[in-house]
Amino acid sequence: MDGAVALGTFLQHLINGLTLGAIYGLIAIGYTMVYGIIRMINFAHGEIYMVGAFVAVTAFTLLAVLGITAVPLALVIVLLVAILFTAAYGWTVERIAYRPLRGAPKLAPLISAIGMSILLQNYVMLTQGARPKPLPPVLTGGITLWQGEGFSLGITYIQLFIILLTVALMTGFTLLITRTALGRAQRACEQDRTMAGLLGINVDRTISMTFVMGASLAAVAGVLVTMYYGVIDFYIGFLAGMKAFTAAVLGGIGSLPGAMLGGLLIGLIEAFFTGYVSGAYKDVAAFSILILVLVLRPTGLLGRPDIEKV
Amino acid sequence: MTTQTLTHRAPALLKDAAVAALLALVLSIPFIGLYTANSDQGQGLAVLSRWHWVGYVVAIVFVGRLLFSLAGDALARRRMRNAGKKPLVSIAMGHTLGRAFIVLALLFAVTLPFMPYSDRYVLDLGMTVLIYIMLAMGLNVTVGLAGLLDLGFVAFYAIGAYTFALMSTVFGLGFWICLPLSGLVAAAFGVLLSLPILRLRGDYLAIVTLGFGEITRIVLLNWQSLTGGPNGVSGIPRPTLFGMSFDRRPPEGLSSFHEVTGIEFSSEHRLMFLYFIILGLVLLASWVVWKLRRLPIGRSWEALREDEIACRSLGINPTASKVSAYATGALLGGFAGCFFAARQGFVSPESFGFIESALILAIVVLGGMGSQVGVVIASLFIVLLPEFAREFADYRMLLFGAAMILIMVWRPGGLLSNREPTLKLSSLKGAGP
Repeated sequence: MDGAVALGTFLQHLINGLTLGAIYGLIAIGYTMVYGIIRMINFAHGEIYMVGAFVAVTAFTLLAVLGITAVPLALVIVLLVAILFTAAYGWTVERIAYRPLRGAPKLAPLISAIGMSILLQNYVMLTQGARPKPLPPVLTGGITLWQGEGFSLGITYIQLFIILLTVALMTGFTLLITRTALGRAQRACEQDRTMAGLLGINVDRTISMTFVMGASLAAVAGVLVTMYYGVIDFYIGFLAGMKAFTAAVLGGIGSLPGAMLGGLLIGLIEAFFTGYVSGAYKDVAAFSILILVLVLRPTGLLGRPDIEKV
Repeated sequence: MTTQTLTHRAPALLKDAAVAALLALVLSIPFIGLYTANSDQGQGLAVLSRWHWVGYVVAIVFVGRLLFSLAGDALARRRMRNAGKKPLVSIAMGHTLGRAFIVLALLFAVTLPFMPYSDRYVLDLGMTVLIYIMLAMGLNVTVGLAGLLDLGFVAFYAIGAYTFALMSTVFGLGFWICLPLSGLVAAAFGVLLSLPILRLRGDYLAIVTLGFGEITRIVLLNWQSLTGGPNGVSGIPRPTLFGMSFDRRPPEGLSSFHEVTGIEFSSEHRLMFLYFIILGLVLLASWVVWKLRRLPIGRSWEALREDEIACRSLGINPTASKVSAYATGALLGGFAGCFFAARQGFVSPESFGFIESALILAIVVLGGMGSQVGVVIASLFIVLLPEFAREFADYRMLLFGAAMILIMVWRPGGLLSNREPTLKLSSLKGAGP
């Protein structure tokens, strides 16, 4: 029986870790795409995700006031609204803080991104208040997968929703990158921006679209986190952004499957470390594994080695 | 002709401003137009609106964008007219100006505590500026000279501070013994950190150093038995001057400054003393860094920044250069931390978050990478701007973030960006500088 409980606990951590990892993965894609195309760390991306979460809270509360309580309808509306507004923020951030710095020394956009991150955090704090925003659970209940003595293994509907939505988005996204004209333009810009421009690709627009797409996925992550934890504050962007960035680097920055893999790994490490060792040091574990992986594979798990030429 | 072009361009300008205003409308709806308020008793939220604010924002953005475009046009025209003329400040004049600035700044820094307007507040602010100069000088070695991006520099600051805090409270060691110790411990961690990242480049380096900074903070926060966790370490002794204390009643075994010298006791003397310690440290550090830049080791850092492969082919050992750059930077960070702990008399993990690392990096980049005068100017700016913006209270960090973006857009290379190589061949016959 003990063995069964141990297995059950293990599976439960696995499910929790997958859920968390899916969310990190969604944010990590924004980092990895932006890095792939303009070689910069978009430090404000965590803040974009936080913006998405706040739009979600406002939208959910507003829908409750308006009396729209049918869960599927509310979910679709909130997701669309969050994506719309957050994408607008992503676009604006690129336009104001990064586009004027294209071709500037490498660290300039990084500092401007840090400034943008401080700006957005304080903007949300000032307009929405510093107190944490609670949200009543939207999706409740779950499926019990296994019932043992004094122990049950289950997956809640919200976890199921997060995992399924992430898988669907990832599939759609991969198709977008590999099959559409926009995806082709993005890959072209990633390889050689000047050449892509010469061949008639609107480079500025393609980069803007990259930010819009990254922000949309971050918005979805924001909505999911709001539903999963039921409480957010203006500071959540920092830590989540850092974890997602770690995930992107772990998987090999610039690689889309890498970002997803990195996200899942970070989520799993966190869940298992919290479950088996200690919650206080879970971030230490995540960073230590990152450092270890980079020492052994300096370009991340799925990253291509950058060949340097003189 | 000007008016003609203006009327010609008016529709385009107006359309541009209208697009910006429309964007402002979309952006402000979910945050300025609508907001959620926590209800006082329960857990619920209420959605409230303030649409008039959205109106103001849209109007401001429309007018602002219009003025901005017009100003941009005017600037472009003036630049065209001035295209052939000589720049206002030539490089040689820039040098003279730079030297004059250094002399004036030194004079100001040394006399500051004796000025009639120097009260506690001014001295405190002065010390904060000097601590940031010290930190930025350390990071300048790693990032500015050696070109190794470090997003976790605050770790060395924290290690220096905790070294002094623990050495003094556990072993009863004094400030002057702990100062070199703190630096050395921090430098040892610098070496430790540099080892796993020798092969990494650019942004991978950034994330590993960021992780190192966070690991340090989390360990300090959670290692309750050693560091006191979130409560920190308190009761750190004050520095003494040749065994003289600056307290009214000196601790057991120490004489006190006002008794020995016969100067009337004033609590400000302690602050002045602290101020001169950090000023001395900063001057020493800047002199050492300035000298190092002219030694082979400093040259190898700058060579490494410019091109690692060329470095290798010229027989420079990149490993030694990287490790020494990290160690030197960390050493200065450790000194700054030790002084910080001595000044506060208290340390807690709260003072060593990522935002500190970001601020120090911002100082280095704003100052113009590698420039020591730039570091001083940027530190003044970064510390004093939020102070002057105190009237705006809640808005000061908002303004601070906006200022960081604007300065970067305005001068992407930093405030003093006309950096030149420290080594220049003056003539064919002359060797070296």
